[in-house]
Amino acid sequence: MTGTTYSAAEMMTVAAARALGNGDICFVGIGLPSAACNLARLTHAPHLTLVYESGTLETKPTVLPLSIGDGELCETALTTVSVPEMFQYWLQGGRISVGFLGGAQIDRFGNLNSTVIGPYDKPNVRLLGSGGVTEIATGCQRIYVVMRHNPRAFVETLAFVTSLGHGVTGRERRAMGLTTEGPVLVVTDLCTMTPDAETKEFEVVSLHPGITREQVRENTGWDVRFADHVVETSAPSAAELEALRDLNARTAKAHGTAATE
Amino acid sequence: MSELTTLPDAISRFVRPGHRVALEGFTHLIPFAAGHEIIRQGISDLTLVRMTPDLLYDQMIGSGCARKLVFSWGGNPGIGTLHRFRDAVERGWPRPLEIEEHSHSAMAHAYAAGAAGMPCAVFRGYCGSDLAKVNPNVKFITCPFTGEELASVPAHRPDVSIIHAQKADRAGNVLLEGIVGVQKEAVLAARAAIVTVEEIVDRFEGLGTNAVILPSWTVHAIVAVPGGAHPSYAHGYYGRDNAFYVAWDAISRDRDGFRRWIQEHVMEARPETFQERARAAVATRSA
Repeated sequence: MTGTTYSAAEMMTVAAARALGNGDICFVGIGLPSAACNLARLTHAPHLTLVYESGTLETKPTVLPLSIGDGELCETALTTVSVPEMFQYWLQGGRISVGFLGGAQIDRFGNLNSTVIGPYDKPNVRLLGSGGVTEIATGCQRIYVVMRHNPRAFVETLAFVTSLGHGVTGRERRAMGLTTEGPVLVVTDLCTMTPDAETKEFEVVSLHPGITREQVRENTGWDVRFADHVVETSAPSAAELEALRDLNARTAKAHGTAATE
Repeated sequence: MSELTTLPDAISRFVRPGHRVALEGFTHLIPFAAGHEIIRQGISDLTLVRMTPDLLYDQMIGSGCARKLVFSWGGNPGIGTLHRFRDAVERGWPRPLEIEEHSHSAMAHAYAAGAAGMPCAVFRGYCGSDLAKVNPNVKFITCPFTGEELASVPAHRPDVSIIHAQKADRAGNVLLEGIVGVQKEAVLAARAAIVTVEEIVDRFEGLGTNAVILPSWTVHAIVAVPGGAHPSYAHGYYGRDNAFYVAWDAISRDRDGFRRWIQEHVMEARPETFQERARAAVATRSA
């Protein structure tokens, strides 16, 4: 496929969607993760199971929800359970294979901050808070993260660890006795990253078409590492782009606003 | 036994200054009309409990109702930040706001523990999160059977819980449908519960055997407030007024604009206004 143009945001969503498979049971964060998860379901993974923390199990929304508890999620779900049941039986019970998250800030070990920038008691910026992520990060078998790549988001040191990745040294999960894998993939609008098998530090494994190592370095707040063999991410196919654009157009029409992503 | 009454009466009888009050509803069925009545009555010094303080608590915090907020996610869903909440936390306006911050899982477990009459909730949580360092109400205990370290938080026991539901019947039982959130737990955990409903029917018809019903003897006051969840939604009645959530960002951005909006749309309004608002939102949606 040649000559098709696409945006960096579309590349990011498509690359994130490709990580999900038909067998996955995915706990979906709102915003970028929700777009990626639904794109996967509408393209290569029609049997992907999506659950949202509002208690909707096996939901198949035709448009992206604006909030985590839109009526669309409930109307298209196999069933809707209470929020305590969602967190007790389904998440804590170990029934979710993938948690797909975003966040305001991430560090090299995949720890996430969505709480504050600056001191907790005197924050420079008060962010939205944990929501479900604190326990999603440790309760799902593995975690995928999708975030826009810039130096304010990809930071050397987090102001606050809202949810655990691989900890401050990369070894905290095992020390705490956690059996879930933690973050195994970060997808951005520049590249995809996976953790080194030994150190658990995230390193770039693929660059999106046209993106240079220098651009990734400039947009990463730590001295970012590159894998021995960095490949080029496959550009979005015509089918992927069409499905994503249709989804965004349906969403914009339904909400009467521009699509969120 | 639940009693059918008016909103001003229910709020003035059950909600007192200094109370710990939970207004619940997870995106769906948020009891806006009841929250506005609390603002109108000028009830202050409240500890407000809610998993997702969104527009309603932004309005209550900006109006000076709250001394403390217990929560797990504070934002305008799909839009961004809550300006009144941030102004209170970052600059102490209109009064300083103490916060007790949790995760969703902790809040959900705390409500369930309250409903079960337990002193605390025990769950697998807060692993490696700094929330455990800044919230003294997060503790860790050791499972006496396996030795696993588990998180514990105090059970939620609100003085009053307030929810909005689709229907009550003449006997005072309450029916909830759709995304039911933590409302059942919030009601059962509370010392008193107020429920606003879209309508009161002679009897519930055509229900499955496992419908979410709160028996009349778990609820203290029931008030018919059609549209009472606007701008959130009531499954089967009206959709979410997304345009209002978008508009709130500009309305709430500065203190004067916010005060003008509260004066016009809360202080000079009545519970009956909600029916028109929900209808207008539905009309706009289908236009």
